[in-house]
Amino acid sequence: MKMKIVLFFIALLIFAPISKATIIGVGKQKAFTQIKQAIAAAQAGDTVLVESGLYKEGNIVINKKIFFLGNNLPILDGEHKFEILSIKADSVTVKGFRVQHSGYATLDDPGGIKVYDSNFVTISENDLYDNFFGIYIQYGTHCVVKNNTIVAFGKDEQQIGNGIHCWKSDSLQIIGNHVSGHRDGIYFEFVTHSVIWRNISFDNLRYGLHFMFSNNDAYFTNLFKNNGAGVAVMYTKNVTMMNNTFEENWGDAAYGLLLKEISDSYISGNFFQRNTSGIYMEGTNRIKAEKNVFKSNGWGMKIQASCMDNVINNNNFIKNTFDISTNGTLVLNTFNENYWDKYEGYDLNKDNIGDIPYHPLSLFSVIVENNEPAMLLYRSFMVSLLDKSEKMLPSLTPENFIDNKPLMRAAKL
Amino acid sequence: MIKINNVSKRFGKLQVLNNVTLTCNKNECIALIGPNGCGKTTLIKSILGMVLPDEGDIEFQGKSIKNDFTYRNHIGYMPQLGRYPDNMTIGQVVETIKDIRKSNEPLDEDLLQQFNLQQMFEKRMSTLSGGTAQKVGATLAFLFNPSVLILDEPTAGLDPLAAEILKEKIIAQKTKGKLILITSHLLSELDELVTQLIFMQEGNVVFHKNIDTLKNETGETKISKAIAKILKQQTA
Amino acid sequence: MNKIIKFVIIDILKNKIVLVYTLLLAVFSWSAFGLEDNSSKGILTLLNIVLLIVPLVSILFSTIYIYNSSEFIELLVSQPVERKKIWQSLFVGLSLSLVFAYLIGAGIPLLLYAEQSVGLMMIAVGCIISVVFVAIAFLGSILSRDKAKGIGIAILLWLYFALLFDGLVLFLLFQLADYPIEKMMVGITATSPIDLARILILLHLDVSAMMGYTGAIFKDFFGSTTGLIIAFTLLALWIVVPFLLSLQIFKRKDL
Repeated sequence: MKMKIVLFFIALLIFAPISKATIIGVGKQKAFTQIKQAIAAAQAGDTVLVESGLYKEGNIVINKKIFFLGNNLPILDGEHKFEILSIKADSVTVKGFRVQHSGYATLDDPGGIKVYDSNFVTISENDLYDNFFGIYIQYGTHCVVKNNTIVAFGKDEQQIGNGIHCWKSDSLQIIGNHVSGHRDGIYFEFVTHSVIWRNISFDNLRYGLHFMFSNNDAYFTNLFKNNGAGVAVMYTKNVTMMNNTFEENWGDAAYGLLLKEISDSYISGNFFQRNTSGIYMEGTNRIKAEKNVFKSNGWGMKIQASCMDNVINNNNFIKNTFDISTNGTLVLNTFNENYWDKYEGYDLNKDNIGDIPYHPLSLFSVIVENNEPAMLLYRSFMVSLLDKSEKMLPSLTPENFIDNKPLMRAAKL
Repeated sequence: MIKINNVSKRFGKLQVLNNVTLTCNKNECIALIGPNGCGKTTLIKSILGMVLPDEGDIEFQGKSIKNDFTYRNHIGYMPQLGRYPDNMTIGQVVETIKDIRKSNEPLDEDLLQQFNLQQMFEKRMSTLSGGTAQKVGATLAFLFNPSVLILDEPTAGLDPLAAEILKEKIIAQKTKGKLILITSHLLSELDELVTQLIFMQEGNVVFHKNIDTLKNETGETKISKAIAKILKQQTA
Repeated sequence: MNKIIKFVIIDILKNKIVLVYTLLLAVFSWSAFGLEDNSSKGILTLLNIVLLIVPLVSILFSTIYIYNSSEFIELLVSQPVERKKIWQSLFVGLSLSLVFAYLIGAGIPLLLYAEQSVGLMMIAVGCIISVVFVAIAFLGSILSRDKAKGIGIAILLWLYFALLFDGLVLFLLFQLADYPIEKMMVGITATSPIDLARILILLHLDVSAMMGYTGAIFKDFFGSTTGLIIAFTLLALWIVVPFLLSLQIFKRKDL
């Protein structure tokens, strides 16, 4: 018996360099019972196939180009002590594992799966459960994070990391992941030329998606729901945001979409529903927002005085408590051909454009902006009277805050 | 049957009843007389619990009427000016009162027939003349065979025929051993009815006497004259 | 007692004003929901009805009815009926009539068109507001023997609760803008039944905006089960206290 094993190893040593790709099994009935040994034995281009079972091997480092695959969702357990998978080689693929209980620390940010300075890494169809950070990419390019489920149970922003955390990376693809219970669902800092597509990020403590200093990125068709503070895009330019849904982000500092110091971006086809504020803009310039739907939000858009040259066209504002509010008196943004369900004008020539301009800013939204407890009086007869009189004779609201071509019917989007 | 002990009542500055004490027994027909505003109606309303005395107590069959309402089952009341809900018809008024009193005793619908009220059952109270309203009031007072009848100016506003019918009715009831309290200005028509007389002035009971005693004392046969004589004696 | 309630209700029905009121509510509600393409605008029309028309009609109609019933009350008081029963029956009769009018006039369209939570809340609150203003009418009308004065009191009370109160609160808000007054404001709203009603509906209608900073305080308070119970208890007190006060006065009133 011993002899056989020794022979096998000799054979392996002899033939390995010749054979192009070997499959190395790990499991109770397999050649290796430990993953670390298997990786140590593997050559670049090999496949390490792990059978189902519970593996508690501390920190596993993948430092060569291998396919690291799980069969029937083997469990890699970090016992709340270790970073579980560290990828330190290009073109590694990690697929089909359940990665759970990573170490918890605030200094070295242990993750379930962490990529260090590597390119073309693919992480797909894994189940990340109760980790400090879920998937962490630093200095990565052309990496793909696809169809993973990332769940944690953070209670406090300081005690939990982000679901998918990307730092100083380029050309990433974040696709079809489900992230919940982390600090930020998806976090980008200094990440460029990347795309975020079809992810669902919900019930995270802070932001569903958090962009910082990440230029030339795009996110499409994601769902951000019930996150502590919605989605934040900050200190960034050239971001394309299309066809996403922002839902039920509730709270004083919660926004469907928070835009801060961002410019030259495009927001289109998004659906903002039941947020405290649909979009909150601060220091935002040259943004085009069109064909979005704002429905049943507390505030459709809050545009701070520091925003200019933004174009807001062809959006539908439906059932919002306030469509627009602002804290300034100077209006440097343009509104055109939006549909406002509160518009009460008429359309004599039947071109679907109201014949009298619409003032989307109500007096009361200005009052509430300055004196928040006044919200208490909303929809009282007194306030309706004030609003009606202001509509007829604008005195406190900026006169040029105006949509000159309000639509009579909601635009079909 | 009814005992009024030291009852006083003020309306604002006006002392309407001033320490009134009276006893009214059954088998009597008592006339309550006095000038306008002497407190007759207030006294009656006090007995009925419509006005609550400031001081003193009223007993009905030995029990205080304070916080009680059941005693009114034994009282039939005909108000001075019958004020009834405008929207109701005569029929509804009668039915409502019947409903409320839920009397098991046979009803005395005598007056109903004699006044021909049944033919007017559909008429609304607001369309009735004062006299007809009085007839309704009288009917209601007698309807439940009460042991006490309180009639406030019963014949005022009635035509002579109706007044006569009512008088007959009162006399008939008197013979059944009931207590009947009548207030009236028309002293002449009381002659054949009353057995006792209470005379009030400015909230005070001036006297409460049997008619016979009164007549004996004054030597007059008519009540009106007897009273006139007494008043003269007092002022003299 | 039931007999008197029955009588009062029949009498009110004959009076036709309540029928007209029902019809008006129905016309307003159906057209509000029918003409607007989105139900939230219809809800707003209904909200104004609940906050303005319902209190006005309830307090005015009840006041006038009580004065017009003085003869009936007098008639009953001389009969073997407890005074308490008479007053209670009038109250129950009036309340039931007005609540039914609201349920039929506004309740049915609300059930059909509005979102369920908002609709049910509006129905509940509308019914309670009807009864609250019947109770206030009872207190107002027992305070004065004179009908014209009584109606004047009723209109003033309505003006106060529907309009002036909010004006005062707004004034206070601006005067005290620099202080943390949110919690105090919650307390102040409790002193107006219309405001209580409005905030209860607001929490369903504008839930997203109410989740904002101040809103969150209201939401924390009125949105929680305890808060909801407290709010409804306060509304119930707005019924019970004025009515019991009026009952105490009525018991000792000379007729």
